[in-house]
Amino acid sequence: MKIGIVSYGAYIPRYRIKVEEIAKVWNGDPSALKGGLKVFEKSVPALDEDVVTIAVEASRNAIERGNLDAKRIGAIYTGSESHPYAVKPTSTIVAEAVGATSDMTAADFEFACKAGTAAVQVCMGLVGSKMIDLGLAIGADVSQGAPNDALEYTAAAGGAAMIIGRNEDEIIAEIECTSSYTTDTPDFWRREGQPYPRHGGRFTGDPGYFKHVTNGANSLLKKLGKTAKDYDYAVFHQPNGKFPERVAKSLGFTQEQIEPGLAVTNLGNTYSGASLIGLSATLDIAEPGDRIFVTSYGSGSGSDAFSIKVTENIKKCAKDVPTVEKLLSNPIYLDYGKYAHHKGKIKF
Amino acid sequence: MRDVAIIGAYTTVFGELWEKSLRDTAVEAGVGAIEDANVAGEEIDAMYVGNMSGGKFVGQEHIGALVADYAAGLAREFHIPSTRVEAACASGGLALRQAIMAVSSGFHDVVIAAGAEKMTDIDGTGVTDALAAAADREWEGIMGATFPGLYAMIARYHMHKYGTTSEQLASVAVKNHDNGVHNPIAQFRNKITIDQVLRSSKVADPLRLLDCSPVTDGAAAVVVVPADIAKKYTDTPIYVKASSQASDTISLDDRRDIATLDASVFAGKWAFEMAKLTPKDIDFVEVHDCFTIAEICAIEDLGFFKKGDGGRASYDGDTRIGGKIAVNPSGGLKACGHPVGATGIKQACEAVYQLRGEAGKRQVPNAKYAMTHNVGGSGATCAVHIFSNER
Amino acid sequence: MPVPRFWREQKGRYNLIGTYCKKCGKHFYPARSICPFCRRSGEIEDFQFKGKGEIVTYSVIHASSEDFDHLTPYILAIVKLDEGPCITTQIVDEPTDIKIGDRVKAVFRRLGSDGKAGIIYYGTKFVIDN
Repeated sequence: MKIGIVSYGAYIPRYRIKVEEIAKVWNGDPSALKGGLKVFEKSVPALDEDVVTIAVEASRNAIERGNLDAKRIGAIYTGSESHPYAVKPTSTIVAEAVGATSDMTAADFEFACKAGTAAVQVCMGLVGSKMIDLGLAIGADVSQGAPNDALEYTAAAGGAAMIIGRNEDEIIAEIECTSSYTTDTPDFWRREGQPYPRHGGRFTGDPGYFKHVTNGANSLLKKLGKTAKDYDYAVFHQPNGKFPERVAKSLGFTQEQIEPGLAVTNLGNTYSGASLIGLSATLDIAEPGDRIFVTSYGSGSGSDAFSIKVTENIKKCAKDVPTVEKLLSNPIYLDYGKYAHHKGKIKF
Repeated sequence: MRDVAIIGAYTTVFGELWEKSLRDTAVEAGVGAIEDANVAGEEIDAMYVGNMSGGKFVGQEHIGALVADYAAGLAREFHIPSTRVEAACASGGLALRQAIMAVSSGFHDVVIAAGAEKMTDIDGTGVTDALAAAADREWEGIMGATFPGLYAMIARYHMHKYGTTSEQLASVAVKNHDNGVHNPIAQFRNKITIDQVLRSSKVADPLRLLDCSPVTDGAAAVVVVPADIAKKYTDTPIYVKASSQASDTISLDDRRDIATLDASVFAGKWAFEMAKLTPKDIDFVEVHDCFTIAEICAIEDLGFFKKGDGGRASYDGDTRIGGKIAVNPSGGLKACGHPVGATGIKQACEAVYQLRGEAGKRQVPNAKYAMTHNVGGSGATCAVHIFSNER
Repeated sequence: MPVPRFWREQKGRYNLIGTYCKKCGKHFYPARSICPFCRRSGEIEDFQFKGKGEIVTYSVIHASSEDFDHLTPYILAIVKLDEGPCITTQIVDEPTDIKIGDRVKAVFRRLGSDGKAGIIYYGTKFVIDN
């Protein structure tokens, strides 16, 4: 039995702030920051947007792209580290808003930046065991960076939804295999009740991101007996533009392979949405037969790696659903004052 | 049905009455009207009190009983029936209509119609919220519809459809301030210019602060009796020639035409039919100018000007005292202020003062027929009355 | 707003579900249980609107109640849905040259919340449909 993505959809708020604008407030050096991060601007939610609205828009795009009946969805899992409620599921609101039936299961996931891919894996299990027909896995975030923290330059807003199924006539991208790598590595966290996350600075690099992405990716490649050369595209979690480039290179992937899925430069880090938005951007341009390698990373820490093969069915996708490129176009730029208002940094 | 007359009228000063409570102003108006009518407390049969939102403005409901209690012992000594009437900003007009119907039907002989609102005990955003409750709370209010916002959407549509301009809107406020200068109860007794209106802060584009009636405390009352016994109390009874009321959809979005208040159209039409009069017979009209666009719509919808011509007419001075028809000689809601539940009664008071020839420098010369027009919400309720000093 | 008052209208607010009268073919949003045209002889059924329409009129709100203060200035509008009914809504994402007649489409947004600790209200607003 094959399991795979039967449709996908992304959503990115229209608002952006440029790195220069943030740097201006904190006397940062914009060219050094841009060079160091390889991020030029980041998305910011509208005043009335949050993880729920982003998850709903992404899910509606996925349902529309696949021309699917929402009543077939048997499970909805929304991965995020910025759910609007501490207690009260995002996923039930998504279910109601996409017109799903009540005869399904739902829950919210949190695993820093990889909660979205964790949701994909759980849906694969439920679909593969025939407990459900279709599963809706969402990664979405409106992440917070404390004022003048390095994260403030990248913490962005956006999300993507993957609908997982097993009907060969519907699968647009078969998930050939997935594997994960998980350890207890506290490189980034946010305590209950705290508005901003804390992180281990440079500790987030080698012991965190690089170790987990590399081990997760290698374990999957080994399992499948494949190398980087067997793939047309690769997507890695993108907290900034530098990390995915470095890890890709070390794993033997080329810049060309990761370029289509590298949305971070003009988007920032959408946390739980990041790998799935990268995958969406890649699916937007992929052709039948293309192989896509995806590895997410979530602090705390873990990585989920996927080997995906695009099928002929991708040609059947609805064409008028916005691509990631389209979602990134036509931004509305904010100054820092308005950005602070949008992010709730100004208290009423 | 019996003919009905007003034999007494009283309006408190309108404004920010920091030292006066809701009951203080209501009692002042009630007692003032009784004294003006020269009736004794024992003679009063019933009372109707227009009040929009005692609950939200001062945390008080049961306004009918409250006012009867504090007004000359009407509750404790005489136990008269006292009824609160609520229809948003048309509460006063409807209270008057209830009083007229009670007398006309023969149920009661001497009835007080009062209106009172105390709006300054809560802050501006609270007032905005209370007033927004007159719209459809579930489907307009939840989307952030404010009252200025709803009228601004009427204004935008009127401008789009008829070419009405911001200057024309502003001319309504300028004229009403000019009239208000001569009204001792008016909240604003200063002249303003079109330029000042156009430079005032934006409230709900295209409406600016000086396009809007203010937040006001105040009360008014009249005494209504059968016309046949009116001369027993006064030499100058003012006769009720018509009392009408019409409804429309609660939501602005559901209307036949966004720029037309059908409730005004029908209440106006029915009032003219009842009085056997036409717009040409009316010497002056007190219309519900909660916003400048509201006056423009009113003078069109009541038939004084062709639909779409209200802006031009206002700008050209046709609505000034001495113009084609004097509109809001009192200064209207704009200059007098708009204590929502009191406004409908205050309009009737102005009709009484004018038709008695007591309006001083704002007197409409030789006025014989007066119309009052009181709107609730964005036009879901409208009460229209026609009065005359001749039976 | 008390929780049940919002909750009972959720379906209509999230997915533009109103009603239509099978007898006269007129659509209603918000839902009406009695057709105002056919009255008791009407036949009312649920109807999901497609979420496309055009701007009939609008205002930019600068002074609001406390619940909407953080959004000012925001655009309040009446939108005529393609199926017929007009609805009051907000036009979001700051269109620069909005005008009457502009085409719009539905989006899912926060409508408000019951203070900082209370429930969050979600529903439908509109953006310019380019």
